[in-house]
Amino acid sequence: MIKAILIFNNHGKPRLIRFYQYFAEDLQQQIIRETFHLVSKRDDNVCNFLEGGSLIGGSDYKLIYRHYATLYFVFCVDSSESELGILDLIQVFVETLDKCFENVCELDLIFHMDKVHYILQEVVMGGMVLETNMNEIVGQVELQNRMEKSEGGLSAAPARAVSAVKNMNLPEIPRNINIGDINIKVPSLSPF
Amino acid sequence: MSFTLLGCGFLRHLDDPMQTLEAMLRPKVASLPGHIQAVYVQNAAKLFATVLQKHEGATDSQAAQDTSQLLIERLPLFVQSANLEVQERASCILQLVKYIQKLQQKDVEVAEEVSALFAGELNPVAPKAQKKVPVPEGLDLDAWINEPPSESESEDEKPKAVFAKEEPKQSRARHVEVDEKELARRREARKQEQANNPFYIKSSPSSQKVYQDAPGVEHIPVVQIDLSVPLKVPGMPMSEQYLKLEEERRQKERADKKKKDKKKKKREKRGKGKRDDSGPESEEDITPAHQVDIVTEEMPENALPSDDDDKDPNDPHKALDIDLDKPLADSEKLPVRTHRREVLKSPEEDGDQDGITQEAKRRSSKEKKEKDRKKSKEEEKKKKKKKHKHVVEEEPPEPLSEEPVQSEESAEVAAPPTSTSAEASDLDFWLSSAPVPPPIKEALAPKTSIAAAPDSEPDVPKDAEPDEEKSLKNKKKKQKKEKDEKKKKKRHHHHHHHGDGGGGDSVQNGTVEEEEEEEPLPPMSNYCLLAENSYIKMVYDIQGNLQDGSQVVVSVIFENKSNSFLKSMEFNVLDSLNSKLQRPEGASPHDGLVVPFQLPPGVSNEARFVFSVQSIVMPQKLKGTLTFIVKSEDSSTHEKLDFKLHFTCTSYLITTPCYSDAYAKLLESGDLKSSSLKLEGLNMPFHHLLARICFHHHFSVVERIDSCASMYSRSIQGHHVCLLVKTANQTVSIDAKCDEPSLLANVLDEIKQTFSQC
Repeated sequence: MIKAILIFNNHGKPRLIRFYQYFAEDLQQQIIRETFHLVSKRDDNVCNFLEGGSLIGGSDYKLIYRHYATLYFVFCVDSSESELGILDLIQVFVETLDKCFENVCELDLIFHMDKVHYILQEVVMGGMVLETNMNEIVGQVELQNRMEKSEGGLSAAPARAVSAVKNMNLPEIPRNINIGDINIKVPSLSPF
Repeated sequence: MSFTLLGCGFLRHLDDPMQTLEAMLRPKVASLPGHIQAVYVQNAAKLFATVLQKHEGATDSQAAQDTSQLLIERLPLFVQSANLEVQERASCILQLVKYIQKLQQKDVEVAEEVSALFAGELNPVAPKAQKKVPVPEGLDLDAWINEPPSESESEDEKPKAVFAKEEPKQSRARHVEVDEKELARRREARKQEQANNPFYIKSSPSSQKVYQDAPGVEHIPVVQIDLSVPLKVPGMPMSEQYLKLEEERRQKERADKKKKDKKKKKREKRGKGKRDDSGPESEEDITPAHQVDIVTEEMPENALPSDDDDKDPNDPHKALDIDLDKPLADSEKLPVRTHRREVLKSPEEDGDQDGITQEAKRRSSKEKKEKDRKKSKEEEKKKKKKKHKHVVEEEPPEPLSEEPVQSEESAEVAAPPTSTSAEASDLDFWLSSAPVPPPIKEALAPKTSIAAAPDSEPDVPKDAEPDEEKSLKNKKKKQKKEKDEKKKKKRHHHHHHHGDGGGGDSVQNGTVEEEEEEEPLPPMSNYCLLAENSYIKMVYDIQGNLQDGSQVVVSVIFENKSNSFLKSMEFNVLDSLNSKLQRPEGASPHDGLVVPFQLPPGVSNEARFVFSVQSIVMPQKLKGTLTFIVKSEDSSTHEKLDFKLHFTCTSYLITTPCYSDAYAKLLESGDLKSSSLKLEGLNMPFHHLLARICFHHHFSVVERIDSCASMYSRSIQGHHVCLLVKTANQTVSIDAKCDEPSLLANVLDEIKQTFSQC
């Protein structure tokens, strides 16, 4: 299973952080720093797999990373995941990002954080890999975008909620409930 | 155990070699450590040679053959040993013995040759021995034996750079190198410090004691141990005796030398007292007991002596090796003190204060439509103290525009603190006449993302503008022309971006990348034309008020185009529900505001009017009128000029700096609506684009990476507007997020308009 997905830039600034196992906030920050130290020291022509730092679980977990220009994509996985598979997954993720945002750059990860998380959720959910086919993922993301647009986005949500409630067909509520000696009068709810 | 076996090497003294041989080759030996086994095996072979020699002659051929058979039986166990040395020795000897056995069966005399195998002494191997073996003719050690691996795969991995451009990675290699060198340097420095530091407790005082004890070796009592087997090997001196013999020999030689030297030196230096020959000096001259002839016997074929190899040309201590007895060569000259002349730097160069190259872009007003506007107001030079004690002098090209225009235009001149003489007096004048608070700075110049000073003083009242003298005005015109020629760019340095200067690094709020090759920004102005007629021309600019979220300040510059005197100007605006002109107490909505100055012919001046607005999400247009009296020599006439005051949504935005962490948090929260815009066919360089957006629409750059930048602004009522500007080829895409969708849409429209006009 994938324990964490970290994306940070060449200076160690985190751009996207996703932990699939609970860590306290400060521990998360320490993990990010430690991972950055481990990964930034590596030359470009050495192996992309290394053992996790002590904070993240030590030698039981591996860090699989890829370095693109200014960003490091680091996946922390345990022994059940195939390293080469995860390496390819990183590539798929990046290519998907590139397709969804034209000319993707670091700042896109911050600016369109919600979209990036949607894409990531299509790929990995709860630490498990869901989808590895790039076209599938892109298709799903586009579908979601279309639905968002048709619904009018977030601003239209309250209006839709109200109309949905209005259209609710509630069954008849009895006015009086008589059980034995007990009489309960049910108050009427006025439609709004 | 191994040492006793080495003693076995002196095998001629053994009584019963056969027995020893059997004992040595017992299977139990295989349980000993590897290096001991190796010695065993080697000595077994030596013993075998002795045995053979002993049983020389045909009579004892059976014994010799028995020995060979014994070896052949026992050695395979060692051939299978895990220790490589043992294995190697055993297998060699086994093969040798097998061959000897064959020869024995043919009745060939082998004993002589076999013992010759173990004759002679082995000398130690020099470390340079391998190097000295000459490479045989025709052998190229660097040539590939197999095909070199193909280099083409690496190109396929990244056909396109996904995240901006790939940058050269030397920075990291350098980083590692520096580390190692740094470490070595620091280590050296530390050691030197500690050596001289009396307070530093050095590591091992005990080691010194050891050295002191060395001469006291003789004081150690030697105890005679009663052993059944004497340790003495006849014919050779015992170990202590060997040392004693050696010592005696050295002393004898030393004494001989001393006698020789004393004879010489007595003649030269009498009465000098006892000479103390230091130990090491004389020992070098004493001939060693054991000489090894290296050149003829030990060196590989055709090898050359390489005693000079040690002299490393990069040795930092090579100067210690110089022979001081030789006189100075002609090429070696000692430096002599001579008179030198310092070239004085010109005062201009001093102007680059603290090594900062500051250049200000002089905005030439010629580009603007208001070209004919004569500047009657002097340009003021203001000194601003920056965070890092860098003094920056700013000069607004607009005479009447104070902070708002300055901030937007970023026209700064890097005037040296010691200004040229022509301006020095002006400097004092300007400084005394109008002490102006530090101007607002906007992120304007290329790659600068600074909004250093807060936008806190847009509404400083500037009503008391003195009227101008013509003489001053002319002087100012001249100055302006000078500065026009200077055309420099402004640079702010809050802190340098170390290491990588090139693209790919994000430039954040407060950092600057030094880029020397960027084009200068075109001059920009936020003042738009309000109304114009033959007498007067008005241009205006709107600024939001930071303190009060519902107020905006409209600065209007009135310019007298005519040749007559204009006075009693009144400015009135029809209020709307949303926006109202702030009038003084007691005034009715129909009264205009009196403009507090008069305009002589050809003179401009500025006035500010405060408006209060309620909702800022929509642009507004207000109708207004300016009434004035034109007074010429003979007559006075009333005149009127109508105008429409346009409040754009951008006029409600205030440049606010934002750090990238806060920005990320803001975007994370998710209550922002988003929208986007695409501009096609835009040719301007990226920093121009950013500068324009910052300037005209009051944004500040939060972070910038190459051709992608995130920007931020805030409205006077606290709405956040975030932009992501990306450029690719000729297309610019702007993604925007804001609390208010209508504000967002309007701002984007206005941005679109700005760029459609240029």
